[in-house]
Amino acid sequence: MPTSRPGGEIRRQMLASMILVRAFENRLSKLVADKEDVLGMQILATGQEAASVASVQALTPEDVIVSNHRSHGHLLARNADIKTIMAEIMGKATGVNKGKSGTLHLIVPEVNALMTSTVVGAGPSMAAGAAFAQQYRDERAITAVFFGDGAAAEGNVHEAMNLAGVWKLPLLFICENNCWAGAQALKEHCAVGNIAVRASSYGMPGKLVDGNDADEVHSAVSELAEHCRSGKGPALLEAYTYRMRGHGEHDHQHYVDKEELELWAAKDPIRIYRARLVQEGLLTEEDVRGMERDASARVEEAVRFAAESPFPAPEAAVEDVWVQSPWAGR
Amino acid sequence: MLEMHTGVAVREALTLAMEQDERIFIAGEGVGVSIHDSPLMPTYGLLQKFGPRRVKDTPVSEAAIAGLAVGAANLGLLPVVEIMFFPFITLASDMLVNHAAKLRYLSGGKSSFPLTVRVKTGIGFQAGCQHCHPLEAWMAHIPGLKVVYASTPADAKGLLLSAIFDPDPVIVIEEMGLYWMKGDVPEGDVRVPLGKARLVKPGRDVTIVAYGSAVYTALQAAGQLEAEGISAEVIDLRSLVPLDKQAVLESVKKTGRFVTVHDANKFCGFGAELAAMVAEEAFDSLKAPVRRVAAPEAPVPFCPPQEKFYKPDAGKVNAAVKGIMK
Repeated sequence: MPTSRPGGEIRRQMLASMILVRAFENRLSKLVADKEDVLGMQILATGQEAASVASVQALTPEDVIVSNHRSHGHLLARNADIKTIMAEIMGKATGVNKGKSGTLHLIVPEVNALMTSTVVGAGPSMAAGAAFAQQYRDERAITAVFFGDGAAAEGNVHEAMNLAGVWKLPLLFICENNCWAGAQALKEHCAVGNIAVRASSYGMPGKLVDGNDADEVHSAVSELAEHCRSGKGPALLEAYTYRMRGHGEHDHQHYVDKEELELWAAKDPIRIYRARLVQEGLLTEEDVRGMERDASARVEEAVRFAAESPFPAPEAAVEDVWVQSPWAGR
Repeated sequence: MLEMHTGVAVREALTLAMEQDERIFIAGEGVGVSIHDSPLMPTYGLLQKFGPRRVKDTPVSEAAIAGLAVGAANLGLLPVVEIMFFPFITLASDMLVNHAAKLRYLSGGKSSFPLTVRVKTGIGFQAGCQHCHPLEAWMAHIPGLKVVYASTPADAKGLLLSAIFDPDPVIVIEEMGLYWMKGDVPEGDVRVPLGKARLVKPGRDVTIVAYGSAVYTALQAAGQLEAEGISAEVIDLRSLVPLDKQAVLESVKKTGRFVTVHDANKFCGFGAELAAMVAEEAFDSLKAPVRRVAAPEAPVPFCPPQEKFYKPDAGKVNAAVKGIMK
């Protein structure tokens, strides 16, 4: 049980946001299954909604987030425009990145989701640079970087943590430990067994929380973000959660024990949170059904917008490489 | 004009840039307190002048150094980071190749990464091939990166100033041997534009294109050839990306012969790109085949006689030119 719970309005927002993220990803999954519109690899974070949404909600809008290939939750919790994100996933000209990124590297500077990398473990060192810029300019804002347990095996993550520790950067490392790195289980790729303990190696606080409990994640991120904001240096949060679907929609989890999936399905973060808020009288069942209807309507509108949008001109493939093209006029 | 060493000229550029723009910081291994306590080194004394906020010694972490530059540039700073030796850029290459070069594209043009990476190179230090490996063709091959390579103190200063204030990521290659070379350098913020080659010596019979210390190899050869009645034109590229195609092609159209010189390996080296460009765009002007003078297909050797054998010299350039003069 968390020491201090977020306020009622924040908790209602978190539930609404988690419902929206689930609806968005369920719809994507269906589009893939029906072989409609969406292109390329689709990578979802079903089951991780509490970790991603509560983390983002505990930050300020000025804080910079650096995401990875499972970014839908982070971005929608930041109120990024759902229509242009869906259009990007479909490779359309109206996409948030003009169809250049697809679902994998969604970059939404409008909501301070400044960088996304799908090179596993690359985010933290760029995030160190962002946090350095904030420290350099003496800003109140901090940077939060999201990475998985698999990424924690990358040397880059160590380098970033060490640099952040030495320079006391305002950088919050958030490991969404979803128990899987591709088809490799946590115990097969992680010698220690959890990620949070590594914090002590870099002179920062580390905390392990139940990543399926939105309240607990929110409280932990609030506390650690405050640590970073007050000039005491970086912090590491490990939100222990579970990847309910395969690495991508092409992966049907033949390597996963069915009982394990059922165990985690019983711990579904949205179902738990919904029940809790209703039980505490913060919402009625009807309120929640309203949230679901609203989420569904927004997702359908986004799909319609994206489907009706044109593809970008093929020739635009060579644009946006440089600010000043070295080849202009040559 | 002031006469100064190249190392000092690089420091002039860093100092001038940092004085005029608070967004600039420098970071790297030993950029503040260096094991080389020499006033000819580019970052000597900058820590004392600008303080530890703007001159940042990093841990031995090339990926983090480059990541620092990417993230800080995205948030509006103008990072100038140093990678100590060119082969170590392989450790930073994910950040440079997959991030600095691509994130603007992936963002659909919303982001920009005005960072500068200074990297040291050069053959002739008996350092062996893990400290010495000219990789400029790798960098030039990546869309999204610009690559500059000075051969004089004046250009080292002017190109670095342009690189620092360029809105895109620029790899600035510094040849260590040139740090100790003196030359006239214009005072103040005098920038050399990226993508403008320098005509080093005019000539009629053959165009020799080089960059870095290979320019002096080419010049030495041109002097010997002159004595034998062959007039060679020598061009110093100064920047590989953007490339001054016009300067090269116009020269070839005038002379009808083309030779490239560089210290990097011949196979897939930058000379291959130049040769292909001339074949594609100035074939009708060619009176003879193109020739490339470059290092053999081996890593840079350690011992002095092998190093000397390996590095292209004036004799090899001379022979290449004579081979196409008939």
